[in-house]
Amino acid sequence: MPDSRSTTGRRVFLIRAAGAAAALAFARPALATPDSLQAAIKDVVGDAPLREGRLVLELPPLAENGNSVSMTVSMDSPMTEADHVRAIHVLNEKNPQPHVMSARLGPAAGKAQVTTRIKLNDSQKVVAIAETSDGTFWVAEADVIVTLAACVEDMPQ
Amino acid sequence: MSNALINVPRTVRRGEVFQIRTLISHRMETGFRAGTNGQLIPRDIIDRFSCTYNGVEVFSMRLTPAIAANPFIGFHTRATESGTIVLRWTGDNGFSVEETVAIEVV
Repeated sequence: MPDSRSTTGRRVFLIRAAGAAAALAFARPALATPDSLQAAIKDVVGDAPLREGRLVLELPPLAENGNSVSMTVSMDSPMTEADHVRAIHVLNEKNPQPHVMSARLGPAAGKAQVTTRIKLNDSQKVVAIAETSDGTFWVAEADVIVTLAACVEDMPQ
Repeated sequence: MSNALINVPRTVRRGEVFQIRTLISHRMETGFRAGTNGQLIPRDIIDRFSCTYNGVEVFSMRLTPAIAANPFIGFHTRATESGTIVLRWTGDNGFSVEETVAIEVV
């Protein structure tokens, strides 16, 4: 006598397998390549030169879970009317979209520091760019190894 | 429906720079994931956060699907006058939450 429960189980499995296959075949988003990272940087800074040194991007070198990675971007700045950080942008290399966040600050912020948690789809390079009130751009990079990538876990029913 | 946790010191000294930390419950669905039926789950994220201190915007941020679920945002501002700090999150599907915190400057 056939067990109806196991038939249902097989059916659910087949539907899931078909869904997963379809997801792989059609729904795979175009990954941000280093080229798209370059394009995104150009989008933010235009043709201005990028300087290194003052901006600090803190990310763990090894992230166990790409769904939530703590990130702090800070810059040594007096944050006065004459000399402050206007904006902080964060970009990445291999997520479906190169943009992660953009923050607007001003002299009222008192301290040029932003902390948040981000998703990382793969082990990759993350780039932070700060724009100061005199119109110069500062850059900092960090490489993160991700053990469990974001965006790949099973969907809840 | 929405739950926001806000960490702001109740009293600060005039001129002091202090940190504001916020956490709001939101699934931050990226729009790049497929469900069990193989169809993409539509994007549902918070895309903007702002903080005003006595009516003046001191910090704002554009969020993307690359921000983790239940977005945590930490930033700083300088204490000037006693008053209110208003935090606002807006996003897809008409998501809009506003929280007000009183602050005393001594």
